Amino acid sequence: MNPAFSVIVLTTLIGVGQGLFLALFSSQAFTIVKVLPTQPNGYYALGGAIALCFLGGGLVASFFHLGHPERAWRAATRWRTSWLSREVIALPAVMGLVFLYAIVNGFGLEADLYGWNIPGQVALTVGTLGVAATLTLFLCTGMIYGAIKFLQEWATPLTVVNYFLLGSASGFTFAAAYASFMAPNVVKFYAGWAITLTILAFFTRAAALFRNARIKRVATVQTAIGVRHAKVQQRSMGFMGGSYNTREYFHGRTVLFLKSVKWIFLVLVFLVPVALLWTGLPEGRPALLVAAFLAQYVGLLFERWFFFAQASHPQNLYYQFVG
Amino acid sequence: MTQLALVIDLNVCVGCHACVTSCKQWNTSGQAGPLFDDNPYGQDPTGTFFNRVQTFEVGEFPCTETIHFPKSCLHCEDAPCVPVCPTGASYKRAEDGIVLVDYDKCIGCKYCSWACPYGAREFDENQKVMKKCTLCVDRIYDTTIPPERRKPACVLACPTSARLFGDVHDPESEVSIAIREGGGYPLMPEWGTKPANHYLPRRKTKLRIHEDELVRADNPLRKEDIRHETGKDVTLDDWLM
Repeated sequence: MNPAFSVIVLTTLIGVGQGLFLALFSSQAFTIVKVLPTQPNGYYALGGAIALCFLGGGLVASFFHLGHPERAWRAATRWRTSWLSREVIALPAVMGLVFLYAIVNGFGLEADLYGWNIPGQVALTVGTLGVAATLTLFLCTGMIYGAIKFLQEWATPLTVVNYFLLGSASGFTFAAAYASFMAPNVVKFYAGWAITLTILAFFTRAAALFRNARIKRVATVQTAIGVRHAKVQQRSMGFMGGSYNTREYFHGRTVLFLKSVKWIFLVLVFLVPVALLWTGLPEGRPALLVAAFLAQYVGLLFERWFFFAQASHPQNLYYQFVG
Repeated sequence: MTQLALVIDLNVCVGCHACVTSCKQWNTSGQAGPLFDDNPYGQDPTGTFFNRVQTFEVGEFPCTETIHFPKSCLHCEDAPCVPVCPTGASYKRAEDGIVLVDYDKCIGCKYCSWACPYGAREFDENQKVMKKCTLCVDRIYDTTIPPERRKPACVLACPTSARLFGDVHDPESEVSIAIREGGGYPLMPEWGTKPANHYLPRRKTKLRIHEDELVRADNPLRKEDIRHETGKDVTLDDWLM
């Protein structure tokens, strides 16, 4: 596939937004049961607003992928069959709940909903709904790619797992950087989880790389034209100036380029952030944690580019030779 | 149920591209507006086509065979491009099985083309919507056209009649008989998309003749079998015969 920049930005930004929300809410849930020190409400409100900015940025980026953005509302209609349609519903749902979460925390809305006689029950309720929506959004985003059986590199549960783990890892890394300015006493919580999630993501992403390096192709040029012969070669694709089929499905880069992108993302997404988080963790030094997030985000751009570029579409069998 | 489809005979296709140009001509002149064409007379012309003729070489020189291979939407019975569409712009008609795109609903997300293993869909860079073969749906039902001309433009244009058009669910239709008796096959059956379009294979007419059909074992003329060299010497045979 030829990676589209809009989709790369969309998936990485909403990943950070969702991960940041999960980080904020999990820390707040821990403060309610008094495992973590309490933070001022403004801390969660501002964090929620930042998460909303990431999600909104992703939403804006997604419009650049559409030929007719003004008809985008139609994309919510086929949720029964299309994972893309489900994502179109899930993303605004997450944004709405994160917005509510920021409002509830910002204005300190309280109600004794469950008769527990402790503060933060409204935030906990809205946040739990937000977590459900966030996980659903991760599932939808992953399944958009995982559900296309023709793209064998994507058609694996690892796709969903990686979207979840990579998004969460980058969100927790951002939360660690954010907390180093706003709430230094919870940096360790975020950074610890950021390291854990990044290492977990390393294993699942490596598993996907390992799997994809050994894919046995379902379709061959023989089945593509239905001729049984060991040697079948295209001599002409029927045109010379290129078409949608050659532009959308071929990235036109060398194997060496692809390999270098792979190593860049392996270093930037996993190695550098874990090293920086590990170094920054004891003292909670903001510069290191910010650098960890930036490195990981840039690395994720490379990772997503590689994710798209690596997928080989079976239609390419029909577009091998100009003639 | 009706399932309209094309049957393409690879044994007769000569690769002249008449189906490509007639398809482009018909579909660029219709109600849906012109098909995208960029730099048509320049150095790298590119545009949207519903139909392409490709050429494959089978075997290794000198034992090669050239196969001209027309490819358009196969109107799959289990079309994978339809359920993935987030707007419902991509749909399969219940009445005749034609897979179509509603150009007024398409948001141009290109997701349907990702879900087509055949590369049958091409994006229109001017209208910013996905386009594909319509089986000339605006022609085959047009009652102002004489009945024998109510066929897709590519079928009418083919000079060797390599393209047949009809209902593949009707067992007695021309296309069904061609598939059944001519060894018609679908493309990439391993994906389970059940393409409605079928292809007829290359065929060679061969007659297998055994040696004993030329010279029968009980041939009375065998006495005069000239295959054996007759020697001048007297042999045992001369005494026996």
